[in-house]
Amino acid sequence: MKQGLSFAYVARNLAARKLTTILTASGMALVVFVFAAVLMTSAGLQKTLGGTGSYNNVMIIRKGSQTEVQSTVTREQANLISTLPGLASNPAGNVIISPEVLVLVNLPRKQGDGLANIVVRGTTPNGILMRPQIHIQSGQQFRAGSSEIMIGSGLAHGKLGLQIGDTITFGLREWRIVGVFDAGGSGFDSEVWGDNEQMMQAFRRDSYSSVVVSLRDRSSYDTFAEAVRQQPRLNIDIRRESLFYADQSEKMTNFITILGTTITIVFSLGATIGAMITMYSSVANRTREIGTLRALGFQRGNIVWAFLQEAMLLGGIAGVIGLIAAAFMQLVEISTTNIQTFSEVVFKLILTPEIAAQVLCFSLFMGVLGGVLPAVRASRLEIVDALRSN
Amino acid sequence: MKKARYVLRLASRNMWRNRLRSLLTIAGIAVAIISFGLLRTVVDSWYAGAELAASGRLITRNAASLAFPLPLSYGERIRRVQGVDQVTWANWFGGIYIDEKHFFPQFAVDADSYFKVYPEYVLDDQQLLAFKKDRRGVVVGSKTATKYGWKLGDQVPLRGTIYPGVWSFTIRGIYHGRDDKVDTSQFLMHWDYVNENVKAILPSLADKVGIFVVNIKNPSNAALESQAIDSVFRNSLAETRTETQKSFQLGFISMVDTILLAIQTVAYVVILIIMAVMANTMAMAARERTREYATLRALGFNQAFVYSLIVGESVSMAVVGGGLGVLLTFPLAKGFFSVTRDMFVVFDVTPTTITLQIMASLLIGLMAALAPTINSTKIKIVDGLRAVT
Repeated sequence: MKQGLSFAYVARNLAARKLTTILTASGMALVVFVFAAVLMTSAGLQKTLGGTGSYNNVMIIRKGSQTEVQSTVTREQANLISTLPGLASNPAGNVIISPEVLVLVNLPRKQGDGLANIVVRGTTPNGILMRPQIHIQSGQQFRAGSSEIMIGSGLAHGKLGLQIGDTITFGLREWRIVGVFDAGGSGFDSEVWGDNEQMMQAFRRDSYSSVVVSLRDRSSYDTFAEAVRQQPRLNIDIRRESLFYADQSEKMTNFITILGTTITIVFSLGATIGAMITMYSSVANRTREIGTLRALGFQRGNIVWAFLQEAMLLGGIAGVIGLIAAAFMQLVEISTTNIQTFSEVVFKLILTPEIAAQVLCFSLFMGVLGGVLPAVRASRLEIVDALRSN
Repeated sequence: MKKARYVLRLASRNMWRNRLRSLLTIAGIAVAIISFGLLRTVVDSWYAGAELAASGRLITRNAASLAFPLPLSYGERIRRVQGVDQVTWANWFGGIYIDEKHFFPQFAVDADSYFKVYPEYVLDDQQLLAFKKDRRGVVVGSKTATKYGWKLGDQVPLRGTIYPGVWSFTIRGIYHGRDDKVDTSQFLMHWDYVNENVKAILPSLADKVGIFVVNIKNPSNAALESQAIDSVFRNSLAETRTETQKSFQLGFISMVDTILLAIQTVAYVVILIIMAVMANTMAMAARERTREYATLRALGFNQAFVYSLIVGESVSMAVVGGGLGVLLTFPLAKGFFSVTRDMFVVFDVTPTTITLQIMASLLIGLMAALAPTINSTKIKIVDGLRAVT
C-alpha cells in the first residue's frame, strides 16, 4: 500500500498505554530539561557579557594584559591616544574619551558565606555617555569629584542586596551609594561605578587601567588601528568594546557547555533505554496486530515508519514538556564568579529560538534512537508467525 | 524466612522472563548510578583540595581583594608577631605558555624561604642550590614537568600578562609531592628576578607581594594569630585579611559554588530520570501479569504475597543494576581523573558516595514498584482473570 498507516493510529497507540507513555516521556523530559538549562546558561552568560559595551567603542589596554584589572595605561599614553585619528568628538570639539580605572573589591555575600569580587569602575561623564544602555533606575548619577558611587541593578538584589544610602568601605574611604543604574542586562549591571580620579586617589595609583574611546563612525576602526600601529611606543592592545567583553565569556561558557553536554549525553543514554523498552513492548504487545496489518497489504516500510513515528511522537511530547519546564528557568538569576576575570557577574538564563529548536531535535533524536531497533524487529516479523502468536 | 526466600526466587525468575527488557533496565540503572557517583565525586574533589591544606598555615593578603598587592616590608612585621614561625611570600605571575589552553599555576616566590614553609614540596638539595644560584632559574612540579616533557636545563618562555614582556626561564629543579595529595603542578620562579625587571618597566608594581604565607608555631591558635597579624596593619594604607590556608582555598571554591550546586542538583535529577524508566518497566511487567496475579489470588495467596512478588522483582533488578554501577564507578573514576588531571588534586570516591549510591538504587526499586502495587490492589480477581493484555 502506498499510503502508509495514518498518524491517528500512531498517536492512539501511545494514548492506549497512558502510564507507560507518561513515565517514559517524563524521563526523557527531564533529560531535555537539563540539556536546555545548560544551553540557556551559556547563552545567558554570552548575552550578558557580549551585550556589555558598544561596537562603536574601542577598549584600549596595555599590550598582553588581557583583562582590565591586569592592565595599566599611563596618563601620557592616554593623552597620546586622544590625538589619534578616527575618534568621535563632541559638539565642543573635544575627543570623546574615557580613561577608566578598574579594581576588584571584596564584598561579603548576603546569602551563604564567602566574598564576592565586585568590579569597581572609576569612570568619567564621557564614560557614561558612551554607554547608551546605561539608564539611571533610581536615585541619581554620582557627582564628579565626590565619594559618591552608583551600582548596577544586578547588585541591588540577589546575593549582595546593596541599597541606595548604604555605604561601602574600600581604599580606606567610605563610599555612599546614591543611585542604581540599569544597563540592559549587560555585564555593567554587576559593577559599581564612581569617579575615576577619586578612585585613583583612594587606591594610590597614578595610572589608569584602560582607556575607552568612541569611534567617529563604524568604519573608522581601521583608521584608528592603523594609527596605533604607527605608534609602537604606545604598547597597547585595542579591541572593539563589545567584542572585548564577549571574549571574556569564552572560558566560562566553554566550561559550562562541555560539562553540561557530557552530563546530558550520559543522561540521554538512560532516557533512550527507557524509550527503547517502551517501544519494544509496544511491538511485542501488538505482534498479532502487526501480522494483520501486513496481511492487509501494508509494507514492511509502512510498519517501520509507523513505529518510528510513534517513537518520535514520544520524543516530541517529552521535548515540549521539558522545554516548557525549562522556560520557567528564565526567571532564575545567577550570580557567580567569572573564572576568566575573577569578578562577579550576574546574569539570567535565556531561552533563544535556536536553543528551543536544538533541544527539540535532540529529543526527537532520542526517540528515534530508542525506536529504530524495535521498529526493525516489528517489520521483520513473518506474517504467518505473527498472526499465530498470542 | 523460608517464605521470603521463596518469594525472592519467584521474583528473580520473573525478572528474567523478559530478558531484553530487564537487561536494558539494569544497564540504565547502572549508567544512572555511575553518573550519580561521578558527579558527586566531582563536587567532593573540588572541596577535597581545600581539606588537604596544612592546619598551621595562614595566608595574609590585601583586605580590599586579591587584585591588590601588599608592600614587601610587611613580611618583616609579620615575622615579629608572636607565635609566627616562618614567613614567605608569593606573587601570581599569570604568564602564558604557548597559548591560554596550556595553563599551569605560576608563582614568583622567595627562593630562600618558600621551600621551608612548604615542606610537602620535596626538592633535591642540589637542585635547590642550582635554583638559588640561577636568577632566571625555576622549579617545576613533577606533574607539569611530565606533561610537557621538561628536563633540567630546559628553557621555558612565558608571555607575561600582569608583568609585561616575554620572559625566559631555565628549569633548575623538579619538585615532587611528599604524598600523592600534594599539588605538583606549580611553576616557581625567583621573586627577586621578576621584581628587578618590573622596577624598570612598571615601577608601580615593584616591591609588592601578592600573598604572605605564614607558618605558625601552634596550629590551634590560628584564629588568634590571624587577628594578631591583621591588627598590626589596621588603618594602614593596605589593610590585610589573614585566614587559614583552608579557608583561603574555600574562598576560591565559593566563587563557583553556584556551579557546584547545579552539578549536585543534576546528580539527583539522573536518579529521577532512571526512576521513571524503571517504574515504566515494572508497570509493563505487572500489566502483562495481571491475569497471573489474579490466578495466584484465586488459588488463595493473599494480596501481600502479590505485593512482595512485585516489590521483590523491582528491588532485585535495582540492586543488580546499582551493584554493577557501584563496581564500575571505581575504574571509571580513575579514567576520568587521568583525563582531567589538571583540574583536580585528588579524585577519590568517598564512602558517603557509595552509601548514597546504594540507597539511591534501593529507592529506585521501591518507588518503581509503587504504581504497579497500587494498580494490583484496585483490580478485582474476576476482572484480573478476564484482563486482556
